Amino acid sequence: MNSIVCVKRVPDSATRVRVAPDRLSIDDAGVKYVLNPYDEYAVEEALQRKEAAGEGAVTVLCLGPNGARETLRTALAMGADAAVLLKADGSPDGLTVARALAEEIRGREFDLLLFGKQAIDDDNMQVPAMVAEILELPCVTVVVELVTEGRQAVAKREIEGGHEVVEFALPAVVAVQKGINEPRYPSLKGIMAAKKKPLEEKEIQLADPRVQLVSLSEPPPPKAAEIVGEGAEAVSDLVRKLREEAKVL
Amino acid sequence: MADVLAVCEVRDGAVRGVSREVVGAAARLAGELGGSTHALLLGPPGVGSGAADLGEIGADRIYVAEDDDFGLYHPEASVRAVAELNGSGAYGAILFPATAQGKDLAPRCAARLDCGLATDATEVEVEKEGLVVTRPLYAGKALARMKFAAAPALVSLRPNVFSPDPRPAAGEIVALEVASEPRRIRVREIEAGERGKLDVAEASVVVSGGRGLQDADHWALLEDLVDALGEGAALGASRAVVDAGWRPHGEQVGQTGKTVAPNLYFAVGISGAIQHLAGMRTANVIVAINKDPEAPIFGVADYGIVGDLFEVLPRLAEEIRAVRAAQ
Ligand SMILES: Cc1cc2nc3c(=O)[nH]c(=O)nc-3n(C[C@H](O)[C@H](O)[C@H](O)COP(=O)(O)OP(=O)(O)OC[C@H]3O[C@@H](n4cnc5c(N)ncnc54)[C@H](O)[C@@H]3O)c2cc1C
Ligand SMILES: Nc1ncnc2c1ncn2[C@@H]1O[C@H](COP(=O)(O)O)[C@@H](O)[C@H]1O
Repeated sequence: MNSIVCVKRVPDSATRVRVAPDRLSIDDAGVKYVLNPYDEYAVEEALQRKEAAGEGAVTVLCLGPNGARETLRTALAMGADAAVLLKADGSPDGLTVARALAEEIRGREFDLLLFGKQAIDDDNMQVPAMVAEILELPCVTVVVELVTEGRQAVAKREIEGGHEVVEFALPAVVAVQKGINEPRYPSLKGIMAAKKKPLEEKEIQLADPRVQLVSLSEPPPPKAAEIVGEGAEAVSDLVRKLREEAKVL
Repeated sequence: MADVLAVCEVRDGAVRGVSREVVGAAARLAGELGGSTHALLLGPPGVGSGAADLGEIGADRIYVAEDDDFGLYHPEASVRAVAELNGSGAYGAILFPATAQGKDLAPRCAARLDCGLATDATEVEVEKEGLVVTRPLYAGKALARMKFAAAPALVSLRPNVFSPDPRPAAGEIVALEVASEPRRIRVREIEAGERGKLDVAEASVVVSGGRGLQDADHWALLEDLVDALGEGAALGASRAVVDAGWRPHGEQVGQTGKTVAPNLYFAVGISGAIQHLAGMRTANVIVAINKDPEAPIFGVADYGIVGDLFEVLPRLAEEIRAVRAAQ
């Protein structure tokens, strides 16, 4: 079972986001970058399938700045076999990223092309389905369960109020959601081994963006709650305010 | 002059409510762009008969593709339909609901049409540089304004944020032929969660519980409040209680759960960690019930009661029932 896993370098979810003076980027000072949490599930899924099959390779692919080497090393430390970094700065739009990734993936042999369901910086949920469309591959997103038998696969994807059960054939694009597995932590041995694994770097030229950032801002600070009162005594006042003031009852 | 296309969503043979939000937004934009409003829906035979009322909220034309194969989500046919209509219509914008289906379909269409896409928009405006979309990034910790290099601009709209206005239009139904083959994936079935239960991401009122509830059994109190609030209300949960196994992950609100924007959100026994706020801060009205006056949830809530939730909840359900019964 051969897999390619696309992974992104993103600010840690606990980052306090501050907009930089240019209003087009976030202030980098003190930001800790990590492997996108949903991509950890994708790497884990690839590793488990390779282990279950007893053969195959897991290649991780990232488009990002020089710092994304660390992101790829993390995936290698988890157990991936090889990594490719497409070097590009800035935060290109979904389609631009998808085109560059698809270009690199085209011609490679794989059974599964795995993604996280979403990058937690741009929250786009775009790249997996775009890559699939460009490469004309079957695609299932927000997957919480994946079963393969030979070339056939069945996935469950999360939808409002339930799951869709989806059938398709490999090779295919699968974008995974939390819950599909428990990602492993890199072991010390894994971290040491990762240093010797191949990490190929390529300079790439990005296409012109289809979507452009006009400006970034921080959401207005919320004003603190009006404390209606204490305990059950306050309920009548609350209900009245919800009905008459907020008009939501 | 540019027309706007609203891609509607169908489930269980009926047009879903969220589609009306998309048609309403499309009609407003089309008005500003001086074009007309088109709606598109794929569904099982008969689905078109329930779509005529989209004319009341501004749809000039409603394209309906009916096929037994369209009873469940069919991404390939949907992409074909959008591409075909765009080929003949050359839209200024194509709008989708930012639902599970819309967020799967919109990027496929964007790649096919080679156009830009903005996900989960909370505002869409026509300005001198064309369509400008506002959308949250970093789980709502920043807001981005985005513009498009070329038309059509593809945008998915966050549910519950846009509401349609009455805007009488022709609502002309036009049958559309879309081949159901070839297909690369087949949705075999929908496994429904608990029967008849509304999803937290779709609800107009959400009652979320956190670790303050102390035990899975105590959810009866929250269920009673949901019941008192009536149709449109659903349960939500913090990650702490999902991790504890008290509630299913499908109910989790927050960065690693669902993003919700209901009209009314109750946070009960939830401290208000930044990752929880990421999923609910765009709710219209937030009510917090917490025994700790210093809990950060009070920093984002509109109204708060400081107190023991076990005393507050029964009384709250009772009074809300009374108020609703009197209406
Ligand atoms: C990467 C990452 C992602 C995360 N994603 C999410 C996410 O998607 N969603 C999410 O919710 N969290 C998420 N978290 C976890 C988050 O940081 C918090 O740990 C979690 O939200 C806390 O849940 P809680 O408010 O229920 O529990 P607690 O923080 O323990 O708060 C319980 C609250 O109940 C109150 N309370 C106790 N007893 C009573 C009583 N009798 N009456 C009234 N009030 C009472 C307490 O005062 C307290 O404020 C994430 C964390 C990380 C690191
Ligand atoms: N720059 C990138 N390099 C590699 N993979 C990416 C990149 N951006 C997004 N992805 C993949 O696409 C998924 C969804 O990202 P997004 O569409 O940006 O929300 C992520 O979880 C990654 O698996």
